[in-house]
Amino acid sequence: MSASGTIGGTARREPHTPESTIGRKADYLHAESTLRSWFLATDHKRIAILYLVSITGFFVIGALAAGVVRLALVVPNGAIMTNDTYNKAFTIHGVVMVWFFLIPSIPATFGNFLIPLMIGAKDLAFPKLNLTSWYVFMAGALFTLVSVVLGGVDTGWTFYAPLSTAFSNTWVLPALIGVTIVGFSSILTGLNFVVTIHTMRAPGMTWFKLPIFVWAHYATSLIFLLATPVITTALILLIAERAFHIGVFDPAYGGDPVLFQHLFWFYSHPAVYIMVLPGMGVISEIVPAFAQKKLFGYRFVAYASIGLASVTFFVWGHHMFVNGQSDLASLVFSALSFAVAVPSAVKVYNWTATIHKGSLRLDTPMLYAMGYIGLFVLGGLTGLYLATLAINQHIHATYFVVAHFHYIMVGGTVLAFLGGLHFWWPKFTGRMYSEPWGRVSALLIFLGFNVTFFPQFILGYLGMPRRYATYPAEFQLLNVLSSAGATILAAGYIFPMLYLVYSLWFGRRAPANPWNAKGLEWETASPPPTHNFLEAPEVPRIPYDYPIQAQESRDQHG
Amino acid sequence: MTPGHDSLQLWPAAVSATASETDWLILAFTVLTLLLTVPVFVAITYFALRYREGSEADRSPSGIRSNLIEISWMLIPFLLTLIFFVWGARLYVHSKNPPPDAMVVEAIGRQWMWKFQHPTGQSEINNLHLPIGQPIRLHIISQDVIHALYLPAVRLQVAALPDRYTDLWFKADKTGTYHLYCSEYCGTDHSVMGGEVTFMNPGDYQEWLTHAGAQQGKVAAGRALYEAYGCAGCHEPGSPVKAPSLAGLYGSAVTLADGRTVTADDAWLREKILNPNGDRLAGAGKQVMPSFAGRIPADELGTLIDFLKSYSGPAAGKAADATPAGATR
Repeated sequence: MSASGTIGGTARREPHTPESTIGRKADYLHAESTLRSWFLATDHKRIAILYLVSITGFFVIGALAAGVVRLALVVPNGAIMTNDTYNKAFTIHGVVMVWFFLIPSIPATFGNFLIPLMIGAKDLAFPKLNLTSWYVFMAGALFTLVSVVLGGVDTGWTFYAPLSTAFSNTWVLPALIGVTIVGFSSILTGLNFVVTIHTMRAPGMTWFKLPIFVWAHYATSLIFLLATPVITTALILLIAERAFHIGVFDPAYGGDPVLFQHLFWFYSHPAVYIMVLPGMGVISEIVPAFAQKKLFGYRFVAYASIGLASVTFFVWGHHMFVNGQSDLASLVFSALSFAVAVPSAVKVYNWTATIHKGSLRLDTPMLYAMGYIGLFVLGGLTGLYLATLAINQHIHATYFVVAHFHYIMVGGTVLAFLGGLHFWWPKFTGRMYSEPWGRVSALLIFLGFNVTFFPQFILGYLGMPRRYATYPAEFQLLNVLSSAGATILAAGYIFPMLYLVYSLWFGRRAPANPWNAKGLEWETASPPPTHNFLEAPEVPRIPYDYPIQAQESRDQHG
Repeated sequence: MTPGHDSLQLWPAAVSATASETDWLILAFTVLTLLLTVPVFVAITYFALRYREGSEADRSPSGIRSNLIEISWMLIPFLLTLIFFVWGARLYVHSKNPPPDAMVVEAIGRQWMWKFQHPTGQSEINNLHLPIGQPIRLHIISQDVIHALYLPAVRLQVAALPDRYTDLWFKADKTGTYHLYCSEYCGTDHSVMGGEVTFMNPGDYQEWLTHAGAQQGKVAAGRALYEAYGCAGCHEPGSPVKAPSLAGLYGSAVTLADGRTVTADDAWLREKILNPNGDRLAGAGKQVMPSFAGRIPADELGTLIDFLKSYSGPAAGKAADATPAGATR
């Protein structure tokens, strides 16, 4: 760890990278082209690309599993596949999407690529640790995929005991081991980000000049560091119980099954904010750039990131209102959960106020950002329905929950991921994507998403339980509608994969700053050189130094 | 709404005062949701059009004091939603405190069936018959993994834990037949672990207890066991395993691989279920049935064999399914 932690961007030894010389700028993509130079890369930008390619692969696996689920639910009587096949499909969908796509999605790709650029550093604090975290991630993925190839897992991504420890006859152990391993990758990434943001900011880059994207990743990293060890412990105990019958959770061995749920949600609720906060960071960059206006309420938005990361540690019990938790605990967790609304509202209203009196361009990233705001608002408010005790007793574990968290995870995180991917694509690759195809795909995804998931709110309120391979016939119409929406959504996902890859060879060459955006990442070439900046970047007077300044800049930066 | 009705339904039936109040709570919350979201949606759309790049719109600073506006949009929505915290909590506390005179019905969950026992001793599987106008307390436990008993018509559910009792109480005031589900994922047949709850006038309930409950309930209970233990998964026509059909088997002559012929009576069926590898059948394929010794209690084995006595095939069976004893109207 001590080897490479140079501070302030002094030159670092890069054993396989020739220095850019003779006046020709070698960008990070073309500095070297051997496989070895990619698989042993310590450049944060190359590691970000390794992550981007890997998580795209896992997204495809998770999406295919979702396709199997939606196919099964076209008919109510389970005629298309057996109950076991259905159960394995939704388990794989959840495990892969949560741990191998959503959690690393924005931090390990955009965060990895952009944090050093945004703070004016040459790399992360620990480049070798950064590469290690990718290998740890892939090792975890390997175990999980082995469990799928051997025959799959049927416990749901939640792995509740004693179903997972004593009753399931599927390949639970390799999946558990895989998820345990991948947690260490999160911890290493979080550690790297925290140290980098503390010690490697360029001279003059004070905390309140940092982009919200960096604030959001700082908050996310704190959750990585504080919450992940708890799930690691819980999963190791689960493994010990399943493999060696050490009684922790199974009452047959003297354990307590509700204890597992407490440990699981102590991590998994904060993990929601691991998925949500980086997306908020992305939106906070896109909205000012496409409004050409300073972000409204910068300090409030920055503090709201830290606020969300703090409050999220005190609300895990709202997953357990009907699971045998004490009534007093339920009352306290319900009240605390309502507090999450405060920092969330801060974000949404400030983005809206930023658009007010801006000069708007509705390019692809902005379309995703606007879609994000709408869907996140709906996802967030339906979360308050679920936090209301009496309502929860009815819609807990129904499709209402499924709809709610997909509005947050897909409507929120995935839309932010795609918005960010389009926004920084020129920076990552040096190429422009096709704008018309981008807009069409963004609209298709927005439409397909709503057709897929809005009917599930109704299904849930009507009382259709989730994780059902078969269901009463009266729910078929809404399920068919949902499956039809999923096909539109699938088309919306396929288009970007095609035109983005196409742009790598045939796209127009990107200028350094195609969006006229502010932020140090736009001060360097597209794609950036290996050491990010050829000359030390000048830190601007205020963050989001756009042509249109809101009145409030006098209040806050006077 | 009777289960099985396949037209589009937009609001679930509510049979208790608590259920109706939950509906009012969610409707009121939806009004607040619209008040908080519609302005954001309208504003974003309006701003996106009005302030498009190159438009003539006024972009001079609006002079809004940002700290004041920040505090107000932080606190006003929060305080408004707290009304719903209080309302929801009050209703929850009420639903967690059963009156002392409630009629107690025992509920036992296990992979993948519910067993209910009435205070007078009658029991039924997957279906539940209850009187209206009287508080009912379901006293719930699980024999294996975590399950959850969910009755949408009363807007309530609670986990069935393997190591402690939980309670669910309600007072229905409308008769009818409604869904009864397991709502905590519990493995392979989670989605078929359930049936129907039938709320009856107290007189009809007494009638059911003395007649229908004792007789037809037994056949239904045997059929539920036939499905719950996975017998149907292999022995029904069209199953992937193609095990021999059990329809009409009881009392018939069976030719074994060693040339003997036996009669499929109670004793032989019992032995065959507990020890499938004995008495191999003539012309049968590979023996794959697992032993049920130690897995099925003696009383349930008896109920299962009683069901096989009357079992004449899946078609008749399905018809019996569609009209459980005294249930559907």
